[in-house]
Amino acid sequence: MTKENLNENIIELVGVSREFEDGVFAVDNMDFKVKRGEFVTFLGPSGCGKTTTLRMIAGFDKPTSGKILLNGEDITVLPPNKRPINTVFQRYALFPHLNVYENIAFGLKLKRVKVTYQDKKGNTFEKVEKLKKGYISDKVEKALKMVDLEGFEKRSVSTLSGGQQQRVAIARALVNEPKILLLDEPLGALDLKMRKDMQLELKEMHKKLGITFIYVTHDQEEALTMSDTVVVMKDGVIQQIGTPTDIYNEPNNSFVADFIGDSNIFSGTMIAKNTVKFIGKNFDCVDDFPINEKVDVVVRPEDVVLMDEDKGQVNGKIISSIFKGMHYEMVMKVGKSEVVIQDTIERKVGEKVSIFINPSDIHVMEKEFSSNKFEGYITKNNTVVFGDGEFECDVTTLYPDSTLDEEGYIITKEGEKIDLTDVDVNVEVGLKDIEISDDAEAGGAIGNIISIIYKGDHYQLIVRTDENEEDYVFDTEDTWNENDRVSIIIPKEKIKLSLKQEIKR
Amino acid sequence: MIKKFFSRGYIFLVLAFIYIPIFILVIFSFNAGKTLNIWEGFSFKWYANLGVVGDVVLNTVVLAVVVAVTATILGTLGAIGMFYSNGKGGKLMKGISQIPVVNSEVVTACALIMLFLLLGLSNRSLVGLFLGHLIITTPFVVLSVLPKLKQMDPSLYEAALDLGASPRQALTKVILPEILPGVFAGFMLAITLSLDDYIVTATLSPLGFDTISTAVYKAIALTTEAASMKLPIYRALTTIIFLLTVSVVVVINVRSKRKQKREGGK
Amino acid sequence: MTELSTKAMTKSGKKFKFGFNRKQLCIPYALFLVMFVVIPLFVILYYAFTSSDGSFSFANFAEFFTNKTKISTLLISILIALLVTVICLLIAYPVAYILSKMKKSIAFILLLLFVTPMWINFVLRAMAMKELLSLIGVSPGSFANIIGLVYDFLPFMILPLYSTLIKMDTSLEEAALDLGANKSKVFIKITLPLSVPGIISGAMMVFLPVMSCYVITDTFSGSTGFTVIGKLIAWCFLGENGTLTNVNGGATISLVMLVIMFLTMLATGGFKSDNSTRGTNL
Repeated sequence: MTKENLNENIIELVGVSREFEDGVFAVDNMDFKVKRGEFVTFLGPSGCGKTTTLRMIAGFDKPTSGKILLNGEDITVLPPNKRPINTVFQRYALFPHLNVYENIAFGLKLKRVKVTYQDKKGNTFEKVEKLKKGYISDKVEKALKMVDLEGFEKRSVSTLSGGQQQRVAIARALVNEPKILLLDEPLGALDLKMRKDMQLELKEMHKKLGITFIYVTHDQEEALTMSDTVVVMKDGVIQQIGTPTDIYNEPNNSFVADFIGDSNIFSGTMIAKNTVKFIGKNFDCVDDFPINEKVDVVVRPEDVVLMDEDKGQVNGKIISSIFKGMHYEMVMKVGKSEVVIQDTIERKVGEKVSIFINPSDIHVMEKEFSSNKFEGYITKNNTVVFGDGEFECDVTTLYPDSTLDEEGYIITKEGEKIDLTDVDVNVEVGLKDIEISDDAEAGGAIGNIISIIYKGDHYQLIVRTDENEEDYVFDTEDTWNENDRVSIIIPKEKIKLSLKQEIKR
Repeated sequence: MIKKFFSRGYIFLVLAFIYIPIFILVIFSFNAGKTLNIWEGFSFKWYANLGVVGDVVLNTVVLAVVVAVTATILGTLGAIGMFYSNGKGGKLMKGISQIPVVNSEVVTACALIMLFLLLGLSNRSLVGLFLGHLIITTPFVVLSVLPKLKQMDPSLYEAALDLGASPRQALTKVILPEILPGVFAGFMLAITLSLDDYIVTATLSPLGFDTISTAVYKAIALTTEAASMKLPIYRALTTIIFLLTVSVVVVINVRSKRKQKREGGK
Repeated sequence: MTELSTKAMTKSGKKFKFGFNRKQLCIPYALFLVMFVVIPLFVILYYAFTSSDGSFSFANFAEFFTNKTKISTLLISILIALLVTVICLLIAYPVAYILSKMKKSIAFILLLLFVTPMWINFVLRAMAMKELLSLIGVSPGSFANIIGLVYDFLPFMILPLYSTLIKMDTSLEEAALDLGANKSKVFIKITLPLSVPGIISGAMMVFLPVMSCYVITDTFSGSTGFTVIGKLIAWCFLGENGTLTNVNGGATISLVMLVIMFLTMLATGGFKSDNSTRGTNL
């Protein structure tokens, strides 16, 4: 049974988790397949679990649960020296006591092969033998040639430049003819120019050798340039798997959008079919989400078209402009929001402009909605105003261990007296912490129910206020009707306050 | 300028304090007479008589070499094991390994005697002597190997496994060569400490077994005629040891300089 | 397929454990430490709290703390050890400081000159000093004794001080100068405080060994000088013809020494930093 042909996936991760002693999951229940001959890149910020994944494939780390299959066979607990997989390490890990030749020949010298002999009587027998010296030196020479280091055999590795060490590390791994080459941020220690050259060379090598490359990096540009498939990871969980084009053009969520390339990310609301509202305006879009759903809207800076005032969809004012070599990066202010724009024509700071965004360039994605966030301020009665309403709150939560005196000033732990009147605060209210009432006087704000979504065992409601169209999202088990006019009740202790900035005393 | 003069002068003065006694000894080792007071003419006679202390020198050297070899093996393996056993066990062991380093040799030696006594063994034996020397030398081997392990790129071991080496091969082909300078330093340290030891030898060696330390001590502290007769011979011995030490130091350092130059030159 | 993979797993699972091989290497040394370091400590405790017939008693302690000679030897040992440490420090610090400011190549040769005598047997060195002293007419006694101790321990003080001073970031001193401190201020405010670790590890290499190093005091004391606490312990185990004269008494003094060592380590923070300078080798 030749499994290699049966199975087009060379590596398969099945429900793989790696939990560390402190209970943190470096990799959390990961399912993933690598096709034979593919160039796959794990991309993510440091601590996202990409290196741990690589180490588990190499065999340096064992999953705490799940299976790793190589050509369909379980290799989860197979030690690294028994795997047909070789690694190019982050800091190369060349053996300092060996020269270039000895480093590259290291794996070949350890290799044992079965050789079949025939004795005089014609009986065949097998012997386990080391590789022949001449064979090894041929192989090493070829490997050195491949990485353009002919004539370096006798050099001590400590006399090599970073780029040369990198090449030796690659040659040392490839000379063993691995089925998979793992590369753990191999270009991280090189300068920009070297990195660009090596990127192209690695890509070239991959094409020529036809073996599977699994690459780990935090550099999104590197990932997009080199890979067939990019796997974006965050907190041990795969966020998106796709071709570089897919990942860039159709990010799954705001994390991917933010991590890959520059982007504007706005909170928005679907207000009609293929219409999304953000930065105070309605835009046509191609993505479809249920009406009134809270969404993230991603727009690439290069997709924002600058126009003269009133010519585009929304007006604003340029507040900064920086020349970036190929283009200008400008920031336009619209109301409270800022839009980053890239354009080859500069608009001066202070200039009034408008922007236009193509519907296909507006990427609407599901929002992980876990709480209502508002901006507000404290009144002289120590209540808080936000979301078109005024609510009772506990201002002492703004300072740990503080108390209120009888005049309504706050006394901090250090004994300082602070007047909180008109102080700007951020307000957060959980989805389960809002109640509504028919009685208009009962709550702090008044609005209409604009959406009711049944979520299996409860309803998620959205109440929108009249004045500034502020939305309150919350869960309830009671039944309400759309367009009911209600008032919003939030218990004092459920209003989480935080200072927008440290107050000057 | 004046400052330079003073600092040079000070260094010279302290060096003089250290070396004058040794030079006096070296000079008088060529004195035909027995005492330091009177120069009775140039002579090699004490050197010719070195054979008298031959057994003592042999005892010392054999003990030191056997101890150093054992301590180096035990300590190097111990250091590698400790370095890779993370967690409480490794930490505890590192702590315990420090005890003989800070503990006074008298207490170390006498504690060993008491252990033998409790077990009904003789308090003076070659095995006891060997163990005593091992206790005071092995921790120093550990101390000189551990930093080399720490300095080593942690991925080297994994790189060896990755290239097909078994854990044992990774150890002998990669880790050991990497920490070899530390192992060698530990070996030299063990030799020095064993050669230098007086207290452990004096309390644990079988009666009649003398090393240079105990024999010389007898010659200078005890005023028996036979012992003090050997004093001039020990001067000759000191001279030889001094010259040996200096040449070893010079050779080692010239070599490492050359090696540095060779590597730096490229 | 599944059968095959589970088979592979159990087979290799038995063979393969992570780091198993490497950790195992310290087993011989661990056993050695337990047998000859840890257990002997308990043996000391056992003998210190028993009388010669093996029954539990405080008599050894009562004897030690009421015996005037023993107590005074203990106190003198501590004082002498302190004195020798301070003298060594006063001589060694300028040496280390001057060396650290010199050209590297010259400093290295000078440093070698300072530490080379460490490789000569210390009894031989003591002999050399004793002969010099008698040649210039310094008679045996306390003075000769202190010279002898300083002579033997000085190199041990220079090395850790030098290695601390040479590692010091010179830009710190330059920064202090830049901020307007004069040279003596720079030394007092910057160099000296930063060299404290070196001072401590140097002091540790002199203070504790001096208390037990009775060979030197025996060599230089003659009939009038002092001896150190180490001698008292050795005495209990160095009877004529190899007999043990007073094991329980010796255990008691050993325990006192252990307590002093423990307190010294505690005071100097020796438990926290690994005093690897003792293991430094040129």
